[in-house]
Amino acid sequence: MDYRDSPAEAEFRARLRTWLADHDPGLPTSSTDDDYWAQQAEWHTALYDAGFFGLSWPGRYGGHDLPPVFDVILDQELAAAGAPPRPSLGYLVQGITTHGSDDIKDRFLPGLISGRERWCQGFSEPDAGSDLASLRTTASHDGDDYVINGHKIWTSYSDVADWCFLLARTDPDVPKHKGISAFAVPMHQPGIEQRPLRMINGITTEFGQVLFDGARVASENMIGAPGEGWRVAMTIVSHEREPGELGFVARYAKTVDDVEKEVRADPTTFRPDQLDEVAWAFVQAEMLRLHVCRRLSERLDGIQHGPGGSVDKLLMTWVEQTVGAAALAVSGPRAALDTEDVPLKVYLYSRAQSVMGGTSQVQKNIVASRVLGLPAP
Amino acid sequence: MDTRDTPEQAELRRAARQLARELGPATVADLDDGARAKRLTGAVHDAGWLELRQDGGGGPVASGVESAIVADALGGAVADVAFTGPALAADLSRRAGCGATDSAVVGFAPNLIDPAVVPGRVAATPIYAVDAAEHVDVASVLVPTGPDYRLAQVQLDGPAEGADLTRVIRRIPAGASLADVHDQRRLLTHDDVAHWSALGLALTSADLVGLMRGVLDITVPYASERRQFGVPIGSFQAVQHLLAEARCLMEGSLSAALYASWAVDELAPDEACAAGRVAKAYCARAARTVCETAVQVHGGIGNTWECMVHVYLRRAVLSSQWFGDDGEQLLQIQRTRLGVDTPAAPSSGRPPGPAAPSSGRPPGPASG
Ligand SMILES: Cc1cc2nc3c(=O)[nH]c(=O)nc-3n(C[C@H](O)[C@H](O)[C@H](O)COP(=O)(O)OP(=O)(O)OC[C@H]3O[C@@H](n4cnc5c(N)ncnc54)[C@H](O)[C@@H]3O)c2cc1C
Repeated sequence: MDYRDSPAEAEFRARLRTWLADHDPGLPTSSTDDDYWAQQAEWHTALYDAGFFGLSWPGRYGGHDLPPVFDVILDQELAAAGAPPRPSLGYLVQGITTHGSDDIKDRFLPGLISGRERWCQGFSEPDAGSDLASLRTTASHDGDDYVINGHKIWTSYSDVADWCFLLARTDPDVPKHKGISAFAVPMHQPGIEQRPLRMINGITTEFGQVLFDGARVASENMIGAPGEGWRVAMTIVSHEREPGELGFVARYAKTVDDVEKEVRADPTTFRPDQLDEVAWAFVQAEMLRLHVCRRLSERLDGIQHGPGGSVDKLLMTWVEQTVGAAALAVSGPRAALDTEDVPLKVYLYSRAQSVMGGTSQVQKNIVASRVLGLPAP
Repeated sequence: MDTRDTPEQAELRRAARQLARELGPATVADLDDGARAKRLTGAVHDAGWLELRQDGGGGPVASGVESAIVADALGGAVADVAFTGPALAADLSRRAGCGATDSAVVGFAPNLIDPAVVPGRVAATPIYAVDAAEHVDVASVLVPTGPDYRLAQVQLDGPAEGADLTRVIRRIPAGASLADVHDQRRLLTHDDVAHWSALGLALTSADLVGLMRGVLDITVPYASERRQFGVPIGSFQAVQHLLAEARCLMEGSLSAALYASWAVDELAPDEACAAGRVAKAYCARAARTVCETAVQVHGGIGNTWECMVHVYLRRAVLSSQWFGDDGEQLLQIQRTRLGVDTPAAPSSGRPPGPAAPSSGRPPGPASG
């Protein structure tokens, strides 16, 4: 057990720190401001071009073949510099790497990793949220293409995406988990309509609705075999639940840092309960950082966490919501007086963490049955 | 960075857990089985675990990680054997350059956070010797000497008391007089005591992690076996969610506690204490919630003396208070990180006082 940097890690950290000193784009906190999303693509490509993104992914596709723990260093240094978090798309990389053919990997991974092609994830539908397998969007074979009809919702960043990682029903005649396939669908085409949604904290880029009305996708863009879509989806969501894959640790650490700075300026103006909330948010964020260190170290043994990802998702959710609550507590009356108050927005955004990527209740169901082995309800 | 156990650490973890499981109490009645407890004590002694913090030439025999592995294993089986008490005594003696014994104990102030600091020749308040081995008859206390401390000893002639049914606390009444320690080669500095406190925070955190694992190992199978309404209670979503949350709390606690145990010997005293405080704050809150969940899932039987669950909960009460509970750690974090004017940590010889009450909020927000 050793939490210190190896020589290679130390060298990487120093290089990154130097680079960040000159290249922090000074974006607003990602969860609170549409301006962040307007400039996120530049941030992604800047990080990538400087050699600081896709650290643990295959060099062949533009990654760096480094051990996963390098992502911890990246998150720590981003947080320390107050820079934006790394783009969260590791789960899509994992999905394509695990299920895609060599052609699919060669075609899509480089653009996804470099940030030159942007992606969204079209899983959820109005009537298929927690019960994702009941999704009704269809993809029907038509010559060399599939034709897509249906309605996706809560699709994050769909309005800036070039591609949609789409789940659609290709066979209505088999049990619901077996008739789903996954596709890489081009977003810039006539059969697709975007309807942005405004989130409770006022931002409009977080998610939207996407309507598919005769949109087309080439058959060769299917990811995995026909009917394999559910397995593909499970690979993706299990990684989407891992804080090590998402890089949110940097975002939480930055918020804690901002809140701590405000309190330090004059601690006597805060009540003990506010101070407790801030200290507790620090404890929670630090726990998550250490938890990610442990999980990413375990990957060195080839351990993939599967349902354990739900444990991590719940921990991450509690951390985000504790940090959000601390920001709100410290903001005090300002949060009530100003709809643009950043802590208010951070707090409001934090409520989504127990819904997105599968709700906390769904995660607890998974932990109960698949981690604890409790009997089915 | 690599947080995995080395092969030796993994082997120690396996061996310690096996020993604790085999010789620890399986039932409340086992706590009265003196022959078993004696075998356990002998096995811990023979394994050499009481020597881990003794002088190994230029440092302890083994790092904080190894000691925490043992503390975690013993906590997991609510093993009724002195370990953390002797480990802390060995560590303090080593820092003071005293000769090694594998069974000594440190005296604590009534807040159970600070080592007992006795300025005169006679103790003004009671002193508590926590987790003393059976045959130990003196406790070490600190005597201020300039900015540093020397060690002295008081006789353990007071009664045994405490909520924890598995570890002994001896109370030495106020008025106890000090005897000099003659083989101390170095004065203990502020840094020594801070580093020693970091070990205390790490070991009590590790004990709490073990307790969470152990009580869940009892409670999850119980939920699968116990039937009501014709089905196992563990099939009810309300029960499932309580246990799922408890499992998460245990995992998060382990991640924080591992780092604290590594920090003891690898980081400067202040940083090691900071790591210990994060771990202790998290583990103390988590353990309370997890043990309470275990009581709840057991229903009526969980509220009886005969049910093992309260043995875990009681031990968690002591491990939380010892070196300070979550509320105390949060206060110290406010002092160091937020510049809040609260009394300094134990190591600076702050006046003993009651620990801050825990605010008692569980680690997960109620709605998440
Ligand atoms: C900010 C944000 C971003 C998102 N981004 C994307 C995205 O990019 N792509 C995408 O496909 N989706 C995305 N989602 C959608 C998200 O995955 C779904 O919202 C989520 O799975 C819940 O589905 P639902 O909204 O239909 O809620 P419902 O399934 O209707 O759930 C409503 C309530 O019922 C509870 N519930 C449901 N089933 C159970 C059960 N079996 N046991 C106990 N309780 C249950 C839930 O926990 C919840 O509290 C995003 C959501 C948010 C909030």
